[in-house]
Amino acid sequence: MTISLKKISPEEYRKNFADMKPALSESAAIVEAGRCLFCYDAPCTNICPTHIDVPGFIKKIMTGNYIGSAKTILSENILGESCGRACPVEVLCEGACVMNDKDELPIKIGQLQRFSTEWRRNNKKSIFDIPESNGKSVGLIGAGPASLSCAAYLKLNGYDTLIYEAEELAGGLDAFGVAEYKLTLKSVLDEIEMIKEMGVKIQTDTKVGKDISFDELLKKHDALFIGIGLGRTRSLEIPGNDLNGIHDTIDFVKKYKTNPPGETAVGKNVIVIGGGNTSVDAATAAKRLGADTVTVLYRRSESEMPAFAHEYEHAKADGVNYQWLTNPIAFMGDTDVEAVKCIRMELGEPDDSGRRQPISVPGTEFTIPADMVFLALGQVADKEFIKSIPEVGFSNGKIVADPKNGKTSNPRIFAGGDVVHGAKEVVNAVQAGKLAAYEINKFLSDEED
Amino acid sequence: MADLSIDFCGIKSPNPFWLASAPPSNSAYQVNRAFEAGWGGAVWKTIGAPVMNTYNRYAGLDGPEQKLIGLNNIELISDRNIETNLKEIAEVKKNWPDRAVITSLMVESDKEVWRDIVKRTEDTGCDGIELNYGCPHGMSERGMGAAVGQVPEYCSMITEWVTEVASIPVIVKLTPNITDIVQPARAAVKGGADSVSLINTINSIIGIDLDSFETVPSVGGKGSHGGFAGPAVKPIALHMVSAVSMDDQVNVPISGIGGISDWRDAAEFMLLGATSVQVCTAVMHYGFRIIEDMIDGMSNWLDEKGIRSVEEIIGKSVERITNFGELNLLYKTAALIDKDKCISCNLCYIVCEDTAHQCIDLKPFDGGVKPEVREDDCVGCRLCFMVCPVHGCIEMVELDSPAEKTWKELEGELSDPMSWEDLREFQKKHGIEIH
Ligand SMILES: Cc1cc2nc3c(=O)[nH]c(=O)nc-3n(C[C@H](O)[C@H](O)[C@H](O)COP(=O)(O)OP(=O)(O)OC[C@H]3O[C@@H](n4cnc5c(N)ncnc54)[C@H](O)[C@@H]3O)c2cc1C
Ligand SMILES: Cc1cc2nc3c(=O)[nH]c(=O)nc-3n(C[C@H](O)[C@H](O)[C@H](O)COP(=O)(O)O)c2cc1C
Ligand code: SF4
Ligand code: SF4
Ligand code: SF4
Repeated sequence: MTISLKKISPEEYRKNFADMKPALSESAAIVEAGRCLFCYDAPCTNICPTHIDVPGFIKKIMTGNYIGSAKTILSENILGESCGRACPVEVLCEGACVMNDKDELPIKIGQLQRFSTEWRRNNKKSIFDIPESNGKSVGLIGAGPASLSCAAYLKLNGYDTLIYEAEELAGGLDAFGVAEYKLTLKSVLDEIEMIKEMGVKIQTDTKVGKDISFDELLKKHDALFIGIGLGRTRSLEIPGNDLNGIHDTIDFVKKYKTNPPGETAVGKNVIVIGGGNTSVDAATAAKRLGADTVTVLYRRSESEMPAFAHEYEHAKADGVNYQWLTNPIAFMGDTDVEAVKCIRMELGEPDDSGRRQPISVPGTEFTIPADMVFLALGQVADKEFIKSIPEVGFSNGKIVADPKNGKTSNPRIFAGGDVVHGAKEVVNAVQAGKLAAYEINKFLSDEED
Repeated sequence: MADLSIDFCGIKSPNPFWLASAPPSNSAYQVNRAFEAGWGGAVWKTIGAPVMNTYNRYAGLDGPEQKLIGLNNIELISDRNIETNLKEIAEVKKNWPDRAVITSLMVESDKEVWRDIVKRTEDTGCDGIELNYGCPHGMSERGMGAAVGQVPEYCSMITEWVTEVASIPVIVKLTPNITDIVQPARAAVKGGADSVSLINTINSIIGIDLDSFETVPSVGGKGSHGGFAGPAVKPIALHMVSAVSMDDQVNVPISGIGGISDWRDAAEFMLLGATSVQVCTAVMHYGFRIIEDMIDGMSNWLDEKGIRSVEEIIGKSVERITNFGELNLLYKTAALIDKDKCISCNLCYIVCEDTAHQCIDLKPFDGGVKPEVREDDCVGCRLCFMVCPVHGCIEMVELDSPAEKTWKELEGELSDPMSWEDLREFQKKHGIEIH
């Protein structure tokens, strides 16, 4: 049997993946900025992982100092444009905005952040004066948000920086993971151009450990930063997992984001396995690409689901179905997947994470037809590569490094981003890269005296 | 980056932004914090005669979205004694040699008392003295403040007492509670003032409580008129600054004050002739940190314009201000409505119909109606443009102007005294129809 796949037209694609939160016009931005109270010790700034001076950059929009506004943002968060669009603002700055306590809508901080940073980009303004090279060189592995941020802030201190990236294009999951209706691939690539213009060098198609050895990097650079993120989605070890039509969500998101509009086919009946934010991205993408039904399977219940409440609401609004307390036990089909066999679960005693442990209920097996399945079970780090790094610890599936400064047990090696703190957001990776940049600067300047 | 430093009649300041003499500059603790934040200078809260303040001394004028469009106060000069203030001024100046520290003074109108306080002030090492002839309440009842500023002769006399003994620059701060601001400015210069600053606060009562029938604020059931400041007074202050800078007898630097909240306001004051600007209400609303954007925004704007020093903009727009009689009566504009942007609130229609020239029609559009301007009837008054809530929806477009003619020229050409018939003839000739 052949899988029944569907495609939508390029026009439909553009409509379905149009900005969920559109860009603000200049006048709308000024009016919105005017609503901000300019709080002192502002909660929005405190909760932002990169601690952007939010009232400061908003005030500058009000006075027409757009370039100053962009600088205020980018000084703390070099990917401020991505973050303005991709951040889960509902649980960060906008969720903390004092307006919520006044029973008013919070200030649209994300959209204002996008306004200023896009203004800079559209007007081709450079923001930073880059000092002369100090002759020291830092190598960075992986061109995701963590390394891009680390390299940019090192550049502001005069370091030569070279990022090695395994893929053909830089950006990591910021470019290839975030849902297109939040953040377009194109805008991330443009944002990376700004970082390149600052003098950060990026060598793509170079996988460290394969195309170039770690030892060589240690010889070439004064210090190294590891920002390799987490890799692929965890696989599901059940019968039939090698059938056609079963995809890693991360691969699929990358595919639809890089394909020309209208080119990505999707199953008519899609099953998504997992209950995190990645499952929402898989489900909403499938729906918007034209799937008739999209069903998310999650082995615990609604209240245990790790996805953000606003993401879950968003999936429901897109027409995604949820099957709670449901565990897949086999994929059925000859060569292509045709159905998923499931079993019902019930919740037992809390496990180490404090969440109640799901236990299968015998005799409750049932099947759901499916011609495409997305696995969204959490990512796993490249253990083999990490273990090859001298004197760097690996525990709980992550690199052991100090979250305050990226230090590992090897004084010349620093690390940050998802590979250290686990799967978080772009903004957390940017902060980790920035903090590591400060520490690397300290380390390499101390070495001098 | 553009050079923001200024030289104000010999007083050097790293930027033109100073704290006005008011609560933000009341103590060394505060001025230190302000200088740390980046302020270029501070005019110390006026010191002098003994005073005691009331509780409930301020009241604000709020808009629906924006608080403190205006600030009314019945505060007097410093309620801390002269010794304490002078000691702190000396300490601040010692810590901040590059900043402008100016002491504001107000004492009883007695020559010896003034001379004495001037000498003691100079001993602090401060950069200049500002004479407060502006306080419109409380102090004026005691023959000080506005009571001096409103009488040019007193203004000259007291200024002279001070300038005769002062070795540092003397700034005279003017009250706006007067018909022609130029008169006291001239009087100050006549008395030897090195510069003038304006405006102080405007006489005001902010409101009445409709439950208690008492004033806002109420000091135990009664109130008194106060002095009004903040964004709402800016247009008045701008006019007064321009009037002083245009006067050919007042050729001294001006420190502009009144409703300045950000770098744009500051730039406008400087374009109309101010060398430095002073800020009170905006700081009282948000704290000293507003200086960050004032510096950053001003310097980015200057860079954008290719202007290397902020001093280059001083007075640049003065030549743009003239008398009504010099304006071109044949320069024509008309309102143009962008129907695609229009949200059909019909405000433009009703204001033109009821209060302007009845030249907007509601025309069928896309199943509904949208306003349309009859260009020939439009007198270009700008009312609809101002009330339209949608940015860029109504535009005032420049029409071909047939010729140039000012009222002054017209007066010379038409019959004397001018008759309505002659004027009508002139209008007709140039296609101007007033109905
Ligand atoms: C589907 C999905 C949706 C997401 N949506 C959002 C969102 O809406 N908002 C948000 O804020 N965050 C979102 N995230 C999370 C966010 O993208 C990540 O937290 C962030 O990108 C992590 O940054 P990083 O730099 O640590 O790693 P990554 O972005 O993973 O970058 C790591 C880079 O290292 C490269 N690399 C790996 N190994 C090597 C090697 N050996 N040699 C050279 N290069 C190597 C990889 O190719 C990759 O480019 C999403 C994540 C996923 C998976
Ligand atoms: C509460 C308050 C107290 C003031 N006290 C003084 C004063 O002691 N001496 C003085 O010269 N001006 C005083 N002023 C006037 C200010 O210095 C300034 O001229 C005026 O507020 C206009 O500026 P603004 O619109 O920035 O507030 C005071 C103003 C306020 C609001
Ligand atoms: S909390 Fe809200 S109102 Fe306050 S500064 Fe932040 S965005 Fe503005
Ligand atoms: S601002 Fe401070 S001094 Fe003034 S009333 Fe409030 S708490 Fe009291
Ligand atoms: S005021 Fe503006 S928006 Fe309202 S009807 Fe007129 S043109 Fe349209």
